[in-house]
Parts: sequence; C-alpha cells; structure tokens
Amino acid sequence: MQSDDSFLSIRGITKKFPGVTALKQVDMDIHKGEVHVLLGENGAGKSSLVKVLCGIYQPEEGELYFEGQPYQAHTPLDAMKAGIRVVYQEFTLLPNLSVAENIFFEHLPRNRSIVNFQKLYADSRELLAQVDLNIDPRTPVELLGVAQMQLIEILKAIAFKSKVIILDEPTATLTSKEIDKLFQIIHKLKAKGVTMIYISHRLKEIYQIGDRLTVLRNGQKIATHGVDSITIPEIVKLMVGRTMESEFPFDEQVQVGEVAFSVDGLRYKHGRHENSFQVRRGEILGIAGLVGSGRTETMRAIFGADQKETGQLELNGRKVSVKSPRDAIKNGICLLTEDRKSQGLILDMPCDANITITDLSQISNLGLLDRSEEKQHAERLISDLTVRTPSSGQLVRNLSGGNQQKIVIAKWLFRNTEILIFDEPTRGIDVGAKYEIYLLLWRLAAAGKSVIVVSSELPELLGVCHRLLVFSNGKISGELNRDEFDEEKVLSYAYQEYIHTNETYGEEIL
Amino acid sequence: MNTKRIMHMLLREAGVGIALVLICLLFVFIAPKFATMLNFTNILVQISINMVLAIGLTYVILLGGIDLSVGSVLALCTIVAGKVITMDALSVPMAIILAIAASIATGVLCGLFNGYVSNRWNLHPFIVTLGMLNIARGAAQQISNSRTIFSFPAVFNNFGSQTFAGVPVIFLISLVMIIIAGFMLRKTVFGRVIYAVGNNEESARLSGHNSGFYKVIVFVISGFCVGVAAILYMLRLNMASPILGVGFELNAIAAAVIGGTSMFGGKGSLLGTFFGACIIGVLNNGLLLIGMSDNARLMVTGFIIVAAVVADYYRARVSLSLQTEQ
Repeated sequence: MQSDDSFLSIRGITKKFPGVTALKQVDMDIHKGEVHVLLGENGAGKSSLVKVLCGIYQPEEGELYFEGQPYQAHTPLDAMKAGIRVVYQEFTLLPNLSVAENIFFEHLPRNRSIVNFQKLYADSRELLAQVDLNIDPRTPVELLGVAQMQLIEILKAIAFKSKVIILDEPTATLTSKEIDKLFQIIHKLKAKGVTMIYISHRLKEIYQIGDRLTVLRNGQKIATHGVDSITIPEIVKLMVGRTMESEFPFDEQVQVGEVAFSVDGLRYKHGRHENSFQVRRGEILGIAGLVGSGRTETMRAIFGADQKETGQLELNGRKVSVKSPRDAIKNGICLLTEDRKSQGLILDMPCDANITITDLSQISNLGLLDRSEEKQHAERLISDLTVRTPSSGQLVRNLSGGNQQKIVIAKWLFRNTEILIFDEPTRGIDVGAKYEIYLLLWRLAAAGKSVIVVSSELPELLGVCHRLLVFSNGKISGELNRDEFDEEKVLSYAYQEYIHTNETYGEEIL
Repeated sequence: MNTKRIMHMLLREAGVGIALVLICLLFVFIAPKFATMLNFTNILVQISINMVLAIGLTYVILLGGIDLSVGSVLALCTIVAGKVITMDALSVPMAIILAIAASIATGVLCGLFNGYVSNRWNLHPFIVTLGMLNIARGAAQQISNSRTIFSFPAVFNNFGSQTFAGVPVIFLISLVMIIIAGFMLRKTVFGRVIYAVGNNEESARLSGHNSGFYKVIVFVISGFCVGVAAILYMLRLNMASPILGVGFELNAIAAAVIGGTSMFGGKGSLLGTFFGACIIGVLNNGLLLIGMSDNARLMVTGFIIVAAVVADYYRARVSLSLQTEQ
C-alpha cells in the first residue's frame, strides 16, 4: 500500500557537529502500525536520528515527511503536537504528582482554569485498564516501581494521542517479568495502529516485538530488513562491518612485564557479578563493552570514586585498601574520568593550577606554594604534551576539547602514578589529537606503567591495546589477546550476557 | 592589547578599590566633616568588626556555602567571654586570657556544628546556619538571663580605645587577621584547595582531596573569626549583651559580595572583601554625616549591594571576553 510506505519518511538527513558528522544522508521509511527496530553501535547515530525526529536537533540537509506532509519540528513540543513522542530511558515524570496528573500533565481536563479531577481520574482509569495496570490513578508516582513508571511514560504518550512512539532502550532497567508485560502492551498498542520505533541493545528482543529493523553505522544507514529474514550473527556483522583503519600506533618493541596490579572479586555498588582481572607492567589493557555494561562502574569502584561492595586490590603483590580517590592516588592508581569537564578539570582555574592539583606537595614547602616552581613544572608538561595554549596561566575553559583532555593527562603525569586508568580518553576530540593520545599511551607503557583504557570505540581498542576484556551486563564475558582480536568476537561477547539473561524467552538464537 | 590587559587586571583586582576611592572623594566634597582625622578613626573602628566577620564568610562563600549565624554566635561569644572575664576567682590577666580563649572556643564549636551537620547529612548550610542563628541567640539569652554584662577589668576596657600611630588598635587587629587570612588563601596549599573545591568539588575529590574536610573547616574558620570579633566588640563597647550582633551576618555577606566573592563559590579574594567592608563603612558614615535618615541609609546600602552584584556580572563578562581574545 502506497500510503503505508509514506507514513513517516526520512529523506537524506544529514546532521553535523564540529568535527563529526553524526548522520550522513540517512533515508528511512517507517510504515504505519509497525514496530521498527533501530540498531547500531554506540555512536552510530541512533540517538541523533531520534533527536532529529523529536525536534531537539535541526538537520543540515534532508527532509522529513509525516503522513504525506512535509514535517519539521523545531522544538520537542512541535513534535509532540504533530504526534511524535519519545519515551526516554531516564524518566521525565514528576515524582510528587499523582499517576493521573502525570499522564495528562500537558493537557489536564479543566473547567475554565480549575482542573476537573473527576474526569482526570476517570480518563486515567480507562487508560490504565487498557494496559491492565491495576493502580489507583491518585497514587503519587514516586511510590511506583521502575517498570510501572516506564508504562506511565508510555501512557503519557498515548494520552497525548501520539501516532509515533519512540522507545529508547525501554528494557534496559526492567526485569524479565516486567519486560514480558511491556511487550504485551507494545503488542496491544500495535493492534490499535500505533507506530513505534524501538531502540535496544538486546538483539534477541527484536524477534519478539519487531517487524522490521534498520542498522546504522557511523551515521549512515546500512540496511533495512524484515526481522524474519535475518539472524543475529548477520545483524552483528551489519553493525560492525567496518574496515579497520590503520590509524593506530602499535609498538611491538614494548615488553610486557610481570603482573603489577590485580583486581580480585570486585563487585561495584548494585553490581550483580564479581569480576577479577590483572594488568602487567608495560601493558595496555583495553576494556570494551556497551555503555552501561559496568565498565565505568568497575573502574570508578577500583579508584574509590564510588563505593564497592566487595573486592580486593593488589599492587605488586601487596594488598591495598582503597576507600576514596585519595587512597587510590596515594597507592599509585589514577583515573581519568570519562566526563572531563565536570569531573576531570576545574574549568575556571588556570592550566598550571589544574595540572599541579594532583600533587601539591611537589610545588610547596611547609604548605607554602612555590609559584615559579609550579609554573616550571606546568610548562614542561604543556610543551611535552604539545598543549596549545597561549600560557600556563590561561583558564582551562578557554582551551579546545583536545587540549583540555591533554591537561587532564598532564595532571596525572605530574602525579606520576604506576597504574593509569583512562575512561574514554578520546571522546569528542579530533583525529589529530586522538593520535597524539595513542602515542602517549604507548610512551607510558614503554616507561613500564600499566595502562587501562576504557572505550566505546572498538577500532580504537583493537588498534591500541595488547589485550582486551569485554564487559557485558556487569560481568567480564570475554578476554582476547592481540592475536585473537576480532570485532565480531568482541561484539558477541559484549551482547552475550544480555542474550543469556533473558532465558525466559524461547530457545537460544545465537 | 597591553592596555586591555591592564584594564583587565584593574577590573579584576582593583575595581572595588576604585569604587571605594570614588565614594570617598564624593563624600569629601559633599560632607564637610568627612575628611577629618577623627572621622577616619571613627570609620576604622566601625568597620573592624564587620571585616573580621567577613573574613570567615569569604571562606564559607568560596566553598559555595553561607553562614547566617555569625551575628547570633557573636552575641553568644560575648556572653560566654563576659561571664569568664567577670569571674572574681580569676586574676585579671588570667581572666582576660581565658575570656579570649572561651570566646574563640565558643565560635569554633558553633562553626564545627554548622560545618559538620551540613556536610554529614548533605544539608544546605543556609538551613543549618539559620537554625544556629536561633540556637546561639537563645543560648545567649538563657545564659545571661537576658541581662547585659558590664564591669570588665579596667585594663581590658582601656585597651579598646588605644591607638597606635593614630590607628585604633581594634582596626589593627582586624587588619592583621585579614592579611593572614588573605595570605593563607593566596599562598598556601590550603588556600589552593579551597579554590579548587569551591570551583568543582567533584574534580577536587577525584584529584585526591578530601572535599568534605574543607567544607567543614571553612565553618570552623568562620567560627574562629566570630570569636575574635566578639572580643573586639567587647573592647569597643565595654559590655557583653545577648542582643548584640543582630543583622551582622548580612553586612558581612554584603562585604564579601561587594568585594567580588561569587555566591556560587570558587571566586573571590580577601582584598576584595577588605574593600567591600570599607565601602559599607564609608557609606554608612558619609550618609550619616550628610544628614540622611536611618531608613534612607538602609535603602542606599541595599541598592549598593545589588549594584555591586550587577557590576560583577558585567565585570565577569568583560574579563571573559578579554581572556578569549588573548
């Protein structure tokens, strides 16, 4: 049917950010009443596409057609009014208000300006009954469970007469029972003719609720398939399928030494698994896994930035107790956090002060700062790392992203720790600066340090590391040495725990 | 470029100083009795107490906090010190030394309470110190039976009106305090970490600093300052009373804010606070001399506080644009 094909069409959408093209000439057709699954690795462009659809981003090129008409959303409200609505992973509910008030928040039934609570509750009851949710509409939302909140978010979309509902990883925080319930509701909505775009990392779910799927990679559309005509390995291949760029230095000369640091039975707060691993002197250990797979949580727990539930750390065979970042640093462990602006730097202080903050004892006598000594140290590191700044007194806020990241690295080089954990060291910086950071990782390894690199960019890990650990759903699901490196293997490890944990659903597909 | 850089420095460091000079010049012309030695001595005595309290508040505000309790705690400190200093059992020097110690100890304990409670349960210091404002005032009334304490030793009373090279001793003490506090902030590791925590607590924590410790210690510093200010106030008034210090917290906050301390933390200096305290003192004095009523003076100083914050907004923008142009 022709009219079905043009329900929501995306034509040649391009969205650029400084230094990156998030979406390149994406074409897609969403049929009326289907559940269309959107797939891709982290950073493939899924969320950018969703943000274009719901009016948060304005594309540079391309057109959108909705129900045969040109469609353009300048704000999320435009999109909602047109009938397109996103249900985010993070809830946007108002915790102190009742379920009913939340569902109808944008358009409360009223007489003049007084809210008609009778009608509000009656309408809410009707909607709740539609999804077999047996709760009093007067219940404050904060008393609900996560799954119920998720459903309330969806009801909000229905109450607003949305024609297209975009579900962004709705099952990420749900238990398998709750997921069952959610899927029943998705089926019900589908029967009522609501169109849905569904984003999930759990590939197996696709077969339960999806009609068709589209794979994005590096901002481009790779393929669209009916879910019945494709297997999970084929999907993974579509998602990965890159040619490896040779833009990574790997130094065969660097000798990996004895074990320097071992983590034994570490479980981070609210984590479900205990993980153990070791790093050697002169080794670059890569940590792969999806966002939210416990990579960052594990590293933060090691560093003492967040509390851990269990687990022991050993440095050079000696047990160390780490309860705070202060303890970790004293013992020679440092962490370069993934969010450099809010956690790595002090933006309104100058470069030199940012660099020396990790070890003020080096530039002071009896508590008195020696400013000229500080400047010397800072300038040495700044030129060493080729940070482009007019002076060491420049505020860090005024530097570019790549140079800010170099300041973060400089501050930990100043402390000169033995174990360096880099969480997303190249996020949001340009190719040239990335290469310099890779070279730096190698310099550190050559100097006998142990380097741990967490990254969402798989090619980067495969290009730079000696060894790779893959996290999946809070657990180390695989380990690969450099001679075994293979993108598909990493990806299947990364998805492994998400597939196996949902054993309630049918037989294994992988 | 060079002139711009000089302008930048002036704006950042001396903007408030220039404002102070301008205000003084204005009063020299419109208030005939303003530019006399006697009047200057007067002003210096008047601003001393506020200046000492403002030191503590600068530290607290640098960490994004606020201390509303300083006025009440000051009253409590005078009462405690007043009780000690009038004890018949003690020799005069002993009584004075113990009174000073008791005043400072009282201030420090109240500060420790403010800092510990707000930090341990992650409460906004606004609420905790608002509570302390009532606690300390109530305690002062209770301990003193709502009575004023007089008849301090003569040595003590006389010392309060001494001058040194024409400058009141009370002012000299507060000047020494602010110089030491400013040195601590600018030149020591301690001060550096204060700025770091005030600018970005999480970054400072992840760089190995115990942010919580600093968030408590600034209130202890504030309490210490209150203890000293209480003694200075007793030297000046020769009495201790549970109704002293009402509203002092507001003047001290105003001095810090006029001096360029940002309420969001991380920005400010004690040089600025010094000028801020001077501006408030000079304004109060000058406006009185030209015959302005109490009510009108209150309004003018109120407007000045708002104007200072607005000026700070533009100052920040100018200095930012200069920074990026460099």
